[in-house]
Amino acid sequence: MESVASTAKDRLIKSTKRKNHGESSGKVIVTLAALIIIAATLSMTIFLSIKGMQAFIINGVNPIEFLTSTEWNPTGENPEFGAFPFIFGSLAVTLMAALIAGPLGIGGAIFMTEIAPSWGRKILQPIIELLVGIPSVVYGFIALTIIVPFIRDYSSGTGYSLLAGIIVLAVMILPTITTISTDAIAAIPNHLRDGSYALGATRWQTIWKVLLPSVMPSLWTAIILGMARAFGEALAVQMVIGNVRDLPGSIFDPSATLTSIITLNMGHTTYGSIENNTLWSMGLILLLISLLFILIIRFLSARRKI
Amino acid sequence: MTLVVQKKAAFAMEELNLWYERFHALKDISFQINKNEVTAIIGPSGCGKSTFIKTLNLMALRIPGVKMTGGILFENQNLVTDKTDLVHLRKKVGMIFQKGNPFPQSIYDNVAYGPRIHGIKKRCQLDEIVEEALKRVALWQEVKDRLKRNAFDLSGGQQQRLCIARAIATKPTCLLLDEPTSALDPVSTKSIEELVTELKENYTIVMVTHNMQQAARISDKTAFFLNGEVVEVNTTNKLFSNPEQKETEDYITGRFG
Repeated sequence: MESVASTAKDRLIKSTKRKNHGESSGKVIVTLAALIIIAATLSMTIFLSIKGMQAFIINGVNPIEFLTSTEWNPTGENPEFGAFPFIFGSLAVTLMAALIAGPLGIGGAIFMTEIAPSWGRKILQPIIELLVGIPSVVYGFIALTIIVPFIRDYSSGTGYSLLAGIIVLAVMILPTITTISTDAIAAIPNHLRDGSYALGATRWQTIWKVLLPSVMPSLWTAIILGMARAFGEALAVQMVIGNVRDLPGSIFDPSATLTSIITLNMGHTTYGSIENNTLWSMGLILLLISLLFILIIRFLSARRKI
Repeated sequence: MTLVVQKKAAFAMEELNLWYERFHALKDISFQINKNEVTAIIGPSGCGKSTFIKTLNLMALRIPGVKMTGGILFENQNLVTDKTDLVHLRKKVGMIFQKGNPFPQSIYDNVAYGPRIHGIKKRCQLDEIVEEALKRVALWQEVKDRLKRNAFDLSGGQQQRLCIARAIATKPTCLLLDEPTSALDPVSTKSIEELVTELKENYTIVMVTHNMQQAARISDKTAFFLNGEVVEVNTTNKLFSNPEQKETEDYITGRFG
């Protein structure tokens, strides 16, 4: 009896040892992977922070003026560096794109999960995957060919406008919002639906008063993630927004975003010049605002209810 | 089909059949459930007892591929063949599930949910209903100072009592309980059982349970289901002390199931 027990114990100990070998080499590999990711992110952040501050520290650009002035004239006699129109442009296209894509995406998600879970999802899912797969230059090209002339026909301007940027971004972030919302709504446990229907609620009441409030934090996360993508998108926006340095008076006026100004000017400014450094400062602002988006998402996911 | 119904019957089943796609889940169910009694539905797993209780408020129709024939008479209406107003039916026939399933909202909003969707908007009226329902399930003393807190903060037994309060807030006449204590500890189970016994004065109660002692403790009538059929329906005393059918005796003495 005793000997059987001890051999079994031995075997157990041995097998654990063998497992430990694989365990430690696996641990080294994944730790290394994690360290590389951390190092890459940190070094980029530090580099961007240093470059972004140079305009203020070395070139003496007034940071308040940079953030609030509407005069952007880096090459004139008295160069002025007011980036407010671009910050405004970025925020405006992002917010308004989310305003369009948010309800559409969440509506689509409700349709796929609650109204027609069988065929609705079969049709919409591939469409959404297709939308994700289209490169942003193609979005821009399509918008340039169709939306810009359309807006030109119906407004007084050239068609290159804030509105064109908003529309192209709304379409681009639609898949993000729809996918995350769909996953969130589909993950709601069925017993919540049953609980509501068993009280005599209609489908609409169940969706509106139980399901959506239950996943509100996730739906906001979906919208913020979409906004983060819209905020960082450069190419498609730059192709249709017009890229002027003035504040737009209406959504039919041309405008510019931080990203579009960076991509337009980085090629023809010399490294280390004031103008080049102010582009880096804009990059830093992009990073900080993205960080803000991430913080909001963190905050929201901590508040998840189910 | 004409159903002969006793005056005191809340539900009268007549040759009720139910299929999930091809699977014949309920076969020719015919018996009556009396008002203001506790009727226990017992039987081994997969015998159709949960399916049956879901037919009484037509929650069974939510399952895709379900087909029903025969009759369930409730308030002079055949739920199977007549076009039933689901909103009214489910307002009158409340349901409590295996695990307490409060909504991720405040305690108050959970109880007020039913009355609100049925059109009651006045705050004072809702306050009254919520207090009354919570008192009825003996939860009021415990939660009256934290009605705005999330219902998920409550313990499992409290959540289940909250769900009973939520169900009775719509002023039903019947309560369907689908293994209401299977996820609860013995103390909470006892409190729910006591509550059920109290509630039968005002409500018709149908309770599915896999716990025969529970059926014996609190029910007036017991129906024994096996393979989708009703083997025996009798007063609980009679069914447990002197069953008429061989299968019933085998099941309650623990020979299978």
